[in-house]
Amino acid sequence: MELLQQVVQQLINGISLGSIYALIALGYTMIYGIIKLINFAHGDIYMVGAYIGFFAITQGGFSVVGALLISLVTTGLLGMLIERIAYKPLRRAPRISVLITAIGVSFFIEYTSMYFVSPTPRTFPQMFGDVAVSFAGIVINGQQMLILGITAVLMVLLTYIVQKTKTGKAMRAASFDTETAELMGINSDRIISITFGIGSALAAVAGVLVGIYYNSIDPLMGIMPGLKAFVAAVLGGIGILPGAVVGGLILGVVEALVSGFFSSTFRDAAAFAILILVLLVRPSGLFGKNTKEKV
Amino acid sequence: MFNSKKLRLGLALLGTALISSVLAGCGGQADSNTIKVGANFEMTGNVANYGSATLDGLKLAIDEVNDAGGIDGKKIEIVTADNKSEASEAVNAATKLISDDKVSVIVGPAVTANVIAESQVATDNKIPIIAPDATSPDVTVENGQVKPFVFRSCFIDPQQGTVMAKFAAENLKAKTAVIYVDNSTDYSKSLGKVFKEKFEAAGGKVLAEEAFLAKDQDFKATLTNLKAANADVIFVPAYYEEVGKIVKQARELGITAPILGTDGWDDPKVADIAGADALNNTYFSTHYSDKDESVKPFVEAFKAKYGHMPNVFAALGYDAGKILVDAIKRAGSADPEKIQKALEETKDLKVGTGTITMDKDHNPIKQAVILENKNGDRVMVAKIMPE
Amino acid sequence: MNLLRKNDLKMLVFSLVLFGVLQVLISERILSSFWQLNLVIIGINIMLAASLNLINGYTGQFSLGHAGFMAVGAYVGVVLTTNFGVAFPVALVAGAIAAGFLGFLIGLPTLRLRGDYLAIATLGMGEIIRIVIMNIQYVGGAAGFKGIPHHTTFAWVFFLMLFTLFFIKNFVNSAHGRACLAIRENEIAAESMGVNTTRYKVMAFTIGAAFAGLAGGLFAHSFYLITPASFTFMQTFNYLIMVVMGGLGSITGSIAGAFVVTFISAALASWPEFRMIIYAVALILLMFYRPQGLFGYMELTNMGFLRKIFKKGDEGNA
Repeated sequence: MELLQQVVQQLINGISLGSIYALIALGYTMIYGIIKLINFAHGDIYMVGAYIGFFAITQGGFSVVGALLISLVTTGLLGMLIERIAYKPLRRAPRISVLITAIGVSFFIEYTSMYFVSPTPRTFPQMFGDVAVSFAGIVINGQQMLILGITAVLMVLLTYIVQKTKTGKAMRAASFDTETAELMGINSDRIISITFGIGSALAAVAGVLVGIYYNSIDPLMGIMPGLKAFVAAVLGGIGILPGAVVGGLILGVVEALVSGFFSSTFRDAAAFAILILVLLVRPSGLFGKNTKEKV
Repeated sequence: MFNSKKLRLGLALLGTALISSVLAGCGGQADSNTIKVGANFEMTGNVANYGSATLDGLKLAIDEVNDAGGIDGKKIEIVTADNKSEASEAVNAATKLISDDKVSVIVGPAVTANVIAESQVATDNKIPIIAPDATSPDVTVENGQVKPFVFRSCFIDPQQGTVMAKFAAENLKAKTAVIYVDNSTDYSKSLGKVFKEKFEAAGGKVLAEEAFLAKDQDFKATLTNLKAANADVIFVPAYYEEVGKIVKQARELGITAPILGTDGWDDPKVADIAGADALNNTYFSTHYSDKDESVKPFVEAFKAKYGHMPNVFAALGYDAGKILVDAIKRAGSADPEKIQKALEETKDLKVGTGTITMDKDHNPIKQAVILENKNGDRVMVAKIMPE
Repeated sequence: MNLLRKNDLKMLVFSLVLFGVLQVLISERILSSFWQLNLVIIGINIMLAASLNLINGYTGQFSLGHAGFMAVGAYVGVVLTTNFGVAFPVALVAGAIAAGFLGFLIGLPTLRLRGDYLAIATLGMGEIIRIVIMNIQYVGGAAGFKGIPHHTTFAWVFFLMLFTLFFIKNFVNSAHGRACLAIRENEIAAESMGVNTTRYKVMAFTIGAAFAGLAGGLFAHSFYLITPASFTFMQTFNYLIMVVMGGLGSITGSIAGAFVVTFISAALASWPEFRMIIYAVALILLMFYRPQGLFGYMELTNMGFLRKIFKKGDEGNA
């Protein structure tokens, strides 16, 4: 194979991997934007979404679209429930205590799931035939395009919600200054709850798509993608929607290129190295505004 | 600011809990009507699926004995301890089993590194251990010396690596190969090394060696490289979860070459993940074929108890249980050193996956088979009897 | 000043008595070897929690790279003792220096970052260290480093832990330590008061990393084998949990946190299926009822029932 051909194929591999990071990172960045919480449980919510989708298909006999909707709604509600039970009582607590709670929630979801569904991985039944476009030795898989497409659509939809709708305006207001927003008549608890719902639903979409694409899910599947998605969100400037998508894509491409042309065992190290380098040049991420701190 | 009353109460409760549980550990004497067997496994953490599957197999073997009345009227009790898939925790768990639970023998852990860490504690306390899945030669032998208290119930890496290299060169007439190993396990790395050595000795050429890490999801970047190398065969000595994804993604990228593997492949999940079509033209070595009449009783019993087919970990856990029961029977006591002697003398014992004899390095001498995945079925293409 | 020394002396006497009691329990074999091992682990975890507390609690810099520094100390230590036959104490010191030096190198550029950005950058650094170790065949790669001599005894751990605690306590109470506290409270205000913030942040980070390296050396020599898998970011979370559970900015808290977390983990060993679930629930409940941790900013020497022994006004902020 020609070198150019290989580079193109690696770019395609990277973009398809990156669009999954991007999808998880979108929810991450939304939640961070509003309550400044690194929600370490986000990756595990993604796992729960995958399992709900799995059971909807195998036990409930739903189609992919049906399973996606069921998973999206239940996981969204679960996200709101988790926020209500675990994070809301800590609204006034130090941020680090909320972070530790998030780690606790993460362990709790992982190991209760492991108790109920066993640590053995599950496999989705074959959902689509193998649609692959192939030209000049370069292969693009149908599911890769589907994931990329859904990520793009969701990003546009989210940007619309956040920028144009009333709820979105309330979200931005609450994220900018919660107290002032409340004085202006915004019910910030409700807005935070909705944000968790949307963020978790996004994670569920990613979970089901990944389940179908890679065809294997297990109770600890959320740890690494969760961390990577967080890296992607920070890379793009945390709290910024297009930033999350761009961050995810950059991460995916870097990983593919490093695996392809250097060594895949250094792939994660390269991902972190890129993050650190970007942060040293732009301390608030690629799209982040560098706010001057005032006394 | 600080409620010291509440804290004092809390501290007092904590102290009481501490002392009672620490002292509880000291009293635990073995009941004379049971023989305690420790099970030190990966039950949480990264490789929990391997540890718990092995434990399932072990439990089945022990239940069978207990249901049949035990050994000389004594029941076997399994005491489990979780090692969180981590070497230092494996030492911690083994220490607990030995010092607090006073077990006579330990089965596990699953992963090589954890067994090696544990083996020191076992040797110091003279408690025999049986490692069901640890295939690295270093597990039972160190600097040319056999570790007296460490046994295993599976192949060692050189055996399988040689079998597959020979198969590639002779049966598949392969001239070139690429090797794709899991860099996070000893198992995969040492099999890759053996394969390379033997394949090159048989006149073949290894064009490229690539690596991935356990729990990876996406293999396409490296597979693109392997595709470019265009070798006759691809050797992937790895565990089933990653193998399923690798085979699936390799076929998606248009790689048609035969893919070879080892006993880590032996799990129905591989076919589920990769799909029957993608899995065509792949071969792997393992311990038994489930179509073999002599293996049926085990497979049926396992399916009856757990409702699904056993994988290689479960089968090896079951074998370890059988070896253990046989040794306790012949030792005629729960004394660890007598059990150790009996384990050394294991000979022509029928276990779940065949017949084994313990060699002088504490490795079982057993048959190997090579299976081909063909349209959703597994066909035995070779049976290699021990020399 | 005089008061402070007197309290230190009392603390030292108390520690020696505690050591004597525990040593008798060990040598008389009243404690089973499982609990002996866990005493060693508790001691090592106290060192890690206290050193992380110096960075996170006292200086207010959110670092998540602690397991990486621990790994450096561990690997440098075992290579020196196993492959070069260097004496154990020398290897420990070398490991600590190596980890501290690396902490300095990493801290210098990254400590410009703030809050969560610093957290993810240090987490990344820790992971990079681990991945690099995993790719060095000389130390066994992912399979781990085998055949480590068993040098770590309870006495080593206890006295090095004591040294760590006294060092960190004295550092915090020194002028340098005050500068660190000022940075935690308000970095801009501290800077405008003439505190060289970069210098003190890097100083605290380097000291924290060095003690993590020291603890790593002790950790490695208590087990026969170490693998890079023992030093993942999940391990750092564990130490962070100990610090926050005990109370950020309280050394007593770090001791209590390390003790409670290690103890829960050991005591629940017989219920592997539920161990992590119970642990998670305990963590969440504790954060509900005491979000500031068990001890908040308090020290044991400053609390009601002990104040009589350790006279009031000993540690201003603590």
